[in-house]
Order: sequence, then C-alpha cells, then structure tokens
Amino acid sequence: MTQIVFYVFATVLVLSAGMVVSARNPVHSVLFLILAFFNAAGLFLIAGAEFLAMILVIVYVGAVAVLFLFVVMMLDVRFTRMREGLQRYAPFGAAVGGVLFAELALAFGHWRIAQNIADVPHLVPAPGRTNTAALGDVLYTHYVFPFEACGIVLLVAMIGAIVLTLRERPMGRRQNIDRQHERTAAESVEMMALPLGQGVAELGGFRRPDKSYYVASVPGSYGVTADAVPQAAPAGDDRKGGLGQ
Amino acid sequence: MTGGLGSIGIGPYLTVSAILLVLGVFGIFLNRKNVIIILMSIELILLSANLNFVAFSSALGDLSGQVFTLFVLTIAAAESAIGLAIVTVYFRNRGSIEVEDITMMKG
Repeated sequence: MTQIVFYVFATVLVLSAGMVVSARNPVHSVLFLILAFFNAAGLFLIAGAEFLAMILVIVYVGAVAVLFLFVVMMLDVRFTRMREGLQRYAPFGAAVGGVLFAELALAFGHWRIAQNIADVPHLVPAPGRTNTAALGDVLYTHYVFPFEACGIVLLVAMIGAIVLTLRERPMGRRQNIDRQHERTAAESVEMMALPLGQGVAELGGFRRPDKSYYVASVPGSYGVTADAVPQAAPAGDDRKGGLGQ
Repeated sequence: MTGGLGSIGIGPYLTVSAILLVLGVFGIFLNRKNVIIILMSIELILLSANLNFVAFSSALGDLSGQVFTLFVLTIAAAESAIGLAIVTVYFRNRGSIEVEDITMMKG
C-alpha cells in the first residue's frame, strides 16, 4: 500500500517537474511547480518527515511559488517569443542531462552505506517524541548557530530584495513628525456655532482652520509646494479638501 | 539500513531525486529565453537535494538530514526572493528577461 502511494506521488512529481521546464506558458510552469511541491511533500510524509512536509507546503507553495506567480504575472513578457530557440537548445540540454543521469546511475550502481555506520554518533529522536518536537530538540541545541545564520541570511535577503526593487518616487505625502506632535487642538480644529435647522453644508462644509492644512507636511513631498508649508496661510476662502469641492 | 522508510527502501527515493535533478539541469539549458523558468529549475534542483536529505535521514534514523533540509529551504527562499527582485529590476530597466540579452557585464 505504501509503495503504491509512493509511486503515485513520485510519478506525478516527475511528470509535473517535466511540465515545469517544458510548459509553453510560464504561468502553467508555476502551477506545475506548485503541484510538484505538493507531491514532494507527500514523499516527505511517506519518509516520516511530517514537519518538513508541512513546511514545504507552507513555505514553498504559500510563499515562494506565489512569489513566482506574482512576478510572472507582473512582468509583461511576450510569451510567444519565449519558446524561440527551443529546438536549438534542446539537443544540448538533453545531452548534458543524459550524461548527468548516466553518471548518477553509475554512482547509484556502486554505492553502499558504510558497514560501521552505527559507530558514528547519530542524532536520534528521543522515544515517544513526534517528528516536529524531535526536530526542535535538535535544531535549538546542536544546530543553534546555523539556525541563527539562517535567520541572518533571510534578513539580508529581505533587505536586499527591498533595496533592489524600491523606487524612490515622490508619491505620497510625508509628515514632519515633530511638527505633527506639537500641534494643538486650537490650531487644528475650528469650532462652529450652527444655527438650528441649518446644516454644515450650507455654511461651507467641514473645514479646518486655513492655516492648518500643510503645517505638518514635508516640503517637496507629493502635492506640497515649498511655499505652502511654513505657516501656510492660503488667502481667504481658498479651501482645500473641504466638503463642497 | 532502511529504518524509517519501511517497505520502500532508499533506492526509489534516490532515483526520483536523480530524475528531478536531471530535469532541473535540463530546464536550465532548455529555457534560454526566460530567467524565471531558470529560477524554477533551480528550485527543482534544490528540491531534489532536499529529497535526498530526507531519504537518508529517514533511512539512517538521524535527524541531521532533516535539519539540513530546513537550511536548504531557507537558502532556497532567500535565493528566489533575491533572484526575482533582480529579474524585476532588470525587466524594468531593459524590458526583457531573455538570458541572451543579459550581457551588460561582458566588458
């Protein structure tokens, strides 16, 4: 039974991996990649590595493959040109792959686990521990420094990706935090006495004191001209952002 | 020495992993027009390495292989994030992600 399950997962894994590299549309490639990851997670489960199987589904399918999908859909690539030159490169790739596979088969045929493997100290899970708990035992004791290094690698990758893709565009109105903090109610809110039966709209809509509009804005950020900032006093009824506009 | 793998043994795992590796390498050679599929091929290669790690870990009853699989997963995630960021920036600058066009550093 386990063998049948294994071979089903393995077959689908290999087929979908083949479709990843040969699909005509990159979106299909990503979807087949997701299928391949699911089947690899199945193989991990059969091997008894439940935690890694779940991590594979969560991290790979949930994060990496979806990231691929985002990028494939975001880049406006002409997919028809993508497959040009396929015939040209296929024989070369097949030759390299064939040689590699032959070498792997050769190595596989003359390979054995050392007889005295039991003499080597193993990190054996404590009896009764689940796979996840046992992995945690090992990861936070023997491998704690590589674990920390992995955290640093992820941090550097995150910062690198942000630095690479961040475009400095003057979109968005930024705030001068100090100035915003020292604002008082008196300069920001205007109390209006409303006659009975009259709405705010007839009096000109909600409005803040004229001086208060760009008080805390950073000069030069989006829509803020430098002269508007200091103690911005737009003339008269030059209302900005009021209800009536 | 096929402790955790039950009736399957380690051979089929290694075979599947070898096929995955070969498919990944083949994909790198095949898709010369699309960097994204090359990145996906690299993911496949790393997945085959993970499969080997897990198979040996299970066969030998040693958890180190699974811990290393975690590390490989981390590196793969970081690699794909950086790679896709580079692809995005490159596409923004040049309007193409064909491998043959990436010759700016040729000198």
